[in-house]
Amino acid sequence: MIGLTHYLVVAAALFVIGIFGIFLNRKNVIVILMSIELMLLAVNINFVAFSSASGDLVGQVFSLLILTVAAAEAAIGLAILVVFFRNRGTIDVEDANVMKG
Amino acid sequence: MLTQDLHTVLPELILAIYALLALLFAVYTGKDNATNALTWATAGLMVALALWIGMGESGTNTAFGGLFIDDAFARFAKVTILLSTAAVLVISQDYMARQGLGRFEYPLLITLATIGMMAMVSSGDIMSLYMGLELQSLALYVVASIQHDSAKSTEAGLKYFVLGALSSGLLLYGASLVYGFSGTTSFAGILSTVQHGVPVGLLFGLVFMLSGLAFKISAAPFHMWTPDVYEGAPTPVTAFFATAPKVAAMVLIARLVHDAFGGITAQWSQVLAALSVVSMFVGAVAAIGQKDIKRLMAYSSIAHMGFALMGLAAGTAYGVQAMLIYMAIYVTMNVGTFAFVMSLEMGGKPVTDITLLNNFSKREPLKALAVLVLMFSLAGVPPMLGFFGKFYVLKAAVDAGMSWLAVAGVVASVIGAFYYLRIVFYMYFGAEQPGAEAKMAPVQWLALMAVALIMLAAVVNFFGLEPAAQAAAGALVG
Repeated sequence: MIGLTHYLVVAAALFVIGIFGIFLNRKNVIVILMSIELMLLAVNINFVAFSSASGDLVGQVFSLLILTVAAAEAAIGLAILVVFFRNRGTIDVEDANVMKG
Repeated sequence: MLTQDLHTVLPELILAIYALLALLFAVYTGKDNATNALTWATAGLMVALALWIGMGESGTNTAFGGLFIDDAFARFAKVTILLSTAAVLVISQDYMARQGLGRFEYPLLITLATIGMMAMVSSGDIMSLYMGLELQSLALYVVASIQHDSAKSTEAGLKYFVLGALSSGLLLYGASLVYGFSGTTSFAGILSTVQHGVPVGLLFGLVFMLSGLAFKISAAPFHMWTPDVYEGAPTPVTAFFATAPKVAAMVLIARLVHDAFGGITAQWSQVLAALSVVSMFVGAVAAIGQKDIKRLMAYSSIAHMGFALMGLAAGTAYGVQAMLIYMAIYVTMNVGTFAFVMSLEMGGKPVTDITLLNNFSKREPLKALAVLVLMFSLAGVPPMLGFFGKFYVLKAAVDAGMSWLAVAGVVASVIGAFYYLRIVFYMYFGAEQPGAEAKMAPVQWLALMAVALIMLAAVVNFFGLEPAAQAAAGALVG
């Protein structure tokens, strides 16, 4: 029987994979955008699982709001990535180094 | 019912309708020709709204079933946010025009970010908290990379976007845990849950949410983006980042810990105290090696956020009052300082290297004197207003029995004084060599001189800041 705990474990695993994708990835920025999306979707699984377990609809409403914002966020991220590419001619993470830090 | 709700959110509504109409107008007519008029109109509208909110109704109103709270605390924050945003807009207009950045999107994106901030400080539910925060953040990511032909500006935007999205993710994960273990997203509901014992999952959620918000106020150890974004973004944008969004996020933390987790002060005050100590020392020590004044101001703002967090960590009404006073003084100082930083140039190009300030006092005695007052105030030297901000938060920490935190704050502020005084040293005793000039538009000059005067003159009565902050803190904690 699949219960609340299973969903939470899957969500936690996806969330951690997302965070690692941001920090360990040395290759390119698109992967970072995908990792961010993964984190937000992991949160959605959490919300929906909690919502269905407690029989309260607010969690599902929240997850719809998150989906909307995630779409806007991806659009803005890609737009910034495009202007970055125009200036530098690359989207490698290691090349984002005009400023040290 | 709906009319009542709409009446409560009227200031935000007016600003939102204005932003959309102005966007249509600017696209329909001459595009960037309208930028100057739009900048002044936006600033004027914000000042008018600030006066209206400040003078307007008293008491507490909620709208949309508790999603939105309009109380004295929110009103204090909104007035601070609107006035500082208006000030930053008018001092940046000249710089943007001269650097070829006079794009009509700039005042409009700033307006949208301001609506987000006003929603943040009024939020009464995790959902409205998240929506306000994202409206603010999404507008700010774009503003950071507004100089889209500059490698630095776009890199700043990219870094800000990635780390900002990461922090939103952390905040949301925390929000999902809080929702799961308390069964509600409303602050009032969470508050009544935590009074009957605190599940471990709820504490995890709280810590995740606080880390997500710590990113937004750039408290160490979540400060990595701050120096790069401050350096890369155009100076007016940096000035904006250093003022209103910091107030909004700090006030949001106060709202969250008191409105939703007010019953378990002991649990979060340790987290905030730890963030505070680390921020103060990172800000003070890491700034010592910086030669770029924008990077230096970034570390300065990290240290200042540490002090403001000290007031919150006290967990008392007096602590919240101290934090509000500190933030109001902090944004005032930053508006003056950035009016000066924006005007620095050499051969027509903007410069930010502090060694170019050599002998600045010989070239511009009055401006050098004003900057000296500002630097002393940022460092917290007694006769200036900056000292009183620090005094309030230190007193709040001592009253709450956190003397160790206050001692750490004093030590950090002594270390931090070094780099502020170094700027003064360069200006007055630097080597004879050609250096930067400060070509100021009248409004920048006015901002610099007015802020310097406030730093000296407001010591007498604070212009009524103290009772207003007290009423605001009373509305939140009382």
